[in-house]
Amino acid sequence: MAQITLVEAVNLALKREMERDPAVVVLGEDVGVDGGVFRATLGLIERFGPERVIDTPLAEALITGMAIGMAVEGLKPVAEIQFSGFGYTTIDQVVNHAGRMRHRTQGRLSCPLVLRMPCGAGIHAPEHHSESPEAMFAHVPGIRVVYPSSPRRAYGLLLAAIRDPDPVVFLEPTRLYRLFKEEVADDGEALPLDACHTAREGSDVTVAAWGAMVHESLAAADALAEQGVSAEVLDVETLKPLDLDTLLASVAKTGRCVIVTEAARTCSFASEIAAGLAEEGLLSLLAPVQRVTGYDVVVPLPRLERHYMPDKGRIVAAVKKTLAFG
Amino acid sequence: MSVVARFEIRYSQFLDPRSKVVAPLPEFTRKTEDLAKLYRWMVLMRAYDAKAIALQRTGQINTFASLLGHEAINAGIASAMAKDDVFLMTYRENGVQLMRGVTLKELFLYWGGDERGSDYAGPRGDFPICITIAAHAAHAVGAAYAMKLRREPRAAVCALGDGATSKGDFYEAINAAGAWKLPVVFALTNNQWAISVPRAKQSAAQTLAQKAIAAGIECLQVDGNDVIAVRHAMDEALERARSGGGPTLIEMLTYRLSDHTTADDATRYRNPDEVAEAWKRDPIVRLRTYLLAAGAWNKAAEDALLKDCNEQVQAAAQAYLDTPPPTAKQMFDHLYAQLPAVLHKQRAAALGDD
Repeated sequence: MAQITLVEAVNLALKREMERDPAVVVLGEDVGVDGGVFRATLGLIERFGPERVIDTPLAEALITGMAIGMAVEGLKPVAEIQFSGFGYTTIDQVVNHAGRMRHRTQGRLSCPLVLRMPCGAGIHAPEHHSESPEAMFAHVPGIRVVYPSSPRRAYGLLLAAIRDPDPVVFLEPTRLYRLFKEEVADDGEALPLDACHTAREGSDVTVAAWGAMVHESLAAADALAEQGVSAEVLDVETLKPLDLDTLLASVAKTGRCVIVTEAARTCSFASEIAAGLAEEGLLSLLAPVQRVTGYDVVVPLPRLERHYMPDKGRIVAAVKKTLAFG
Repeated sequence: MSVVARFEIRYSQFLDPRSKVVAPLPEFTRKTEDLAKLYRWMVLMRAYDAKAIALQRTGQINTFASLLGHEAINAGIASAMAKDDVFLMTYRENGVQLMRGVTLKELFLYWGGDERGSDYAGPRGDFPICITIAAHAAHAVGAAYAMKLRREPRAAVCALGDGATSKGDFYEAINAAGAWKLPVVFALTNNQWAISVPRAKQSAAQTLAQKAIAAGIECLQVDGNDVIAVRHAMDEALERARSGGGPTLIEMLTYRLSDHTTADDATRYRNPDEVAEAWKRDPIVRLRTYLLAAGAWNKAAEDALLKDCNEQVQAAAQAYLDTPPPTAKQMFDHLYAQLPAVLHKQRAAALGDD
């Protein structure tokens, strides 16, 4: 078993699935000869040829719309949007077509595509390269939104996303692309979609997070453990459809919940989870649910980035607030 | 300065508005009974159109987009396509759909606000009506890419309107189709009006066909009221697509004789003289006059056809009206291949079972 990074895990899953299923094609800007600007598609064109590893013209709405046409025609396209900040022009295609094709035709047609988008802050990138748009996509009916947090999770979830018969927006935290390595078995085993993953068990407080924020939450849990606080970290790796039951079960055990997202606060996915806990888990709660989020500001350029991103300190502070309540 | 490239836009017409033959007729017109078949379809389209408007005006279907005046375009596109080609459409191609095997009842269901109207029993692989303008041009590129990748001798046909040529989606699609030489035909209906915006305000381009030149793909302009011109251009474009010659953009000139939809009142922005003038180029009259002169049609055939078409649309409308409405369950059916657990509760609430 090899120790690999998250971006290498994405690459490994793509290779694995292209090998297994000739219907899988990869398309996007610079994904072929260049191997992708993050190198997520490195080596694919040499192995599978330019017909299946497609360098597209520079047009994100086209890439997404094309993937829809390919999927309806029986291919399994995995489209890369170079950065999620360039992904907003794809929303028309995702909302109006990808998420509707199956229902609109009452099951006659389907749209099994994956839209991969590197996203999130923390790599000192230029403007438009640091947003975390999960809530925008999670609002769209008919699609799945997946946001992995480690090499192993990324490998198994990407395999699951490609094999899923419906459209999946697959958000990849650029900050974690090369932050750490993990042993990943290239066994072709997919991980379950539509489920939360317990990244760390605990008994005093539930910390729910996804993407890069899982990493930050685990660091916070380590710090809390030193202070005698046992934090359970739930990785909400499929945001839509949401596995609220696992969150409710965890909160029933801990009585407290902190939800972490690096996206702006208003209408964030943290708000959705908080609402779900309020509706269905109120009697389990010993303290008000806390959200640790990005601020309702434009994601700043690199010099101020560290002031924007939720970090270990803010998560620990929020946990302490729930412990101090009442 | 020197000239690095020169371009020209060809225009094709075989029957002029008075049904006079103005160019050597293509081979397929030899058998006048085949032309008479096209005529039958065009008359059925018009009967369907009239019935749909009547149903809308009496509150029995919802907003309807008429294809009045577009019958030659619809018949020309559909008759050139093979069964296993894929059709991607906007909302003014119900005639193509009929000829490809979509039933009148399915069309009434669709306009009646029922998703089951897009579950075509006939052309299972055709895309559903795309209301968002030009978004489906990208789908056509993807579908054509899949065909080319699998070395299939098939083509995608994408119907668009004049307004669509102003959208980025259109340019992105024709550009990519050209770059990959894909088997796709962009069948562009220029009916002079995008709701209230006339062609002259839509673009300063002399023709809409010429937009294809920037994408490096074949293009031409045809008389869209001349079914022979439409069919011939489609035949050539599909042959090019299937033989690896790449995409074609066909600009088909016609006129929207109807309002944009039943929710529109074109008298607010259109000169009635212009509409009256356009009626003189009626594609159905043009083909009938030709067929009559060729001895391939007569009054008895016409009377029998009108009776048959009216009976067909009447029966289909009744079948639509007799279809029990869907239950709330349908909102959740086929949203995903398998309904996710979290949606079971919502479905139960919608059905009043929670």
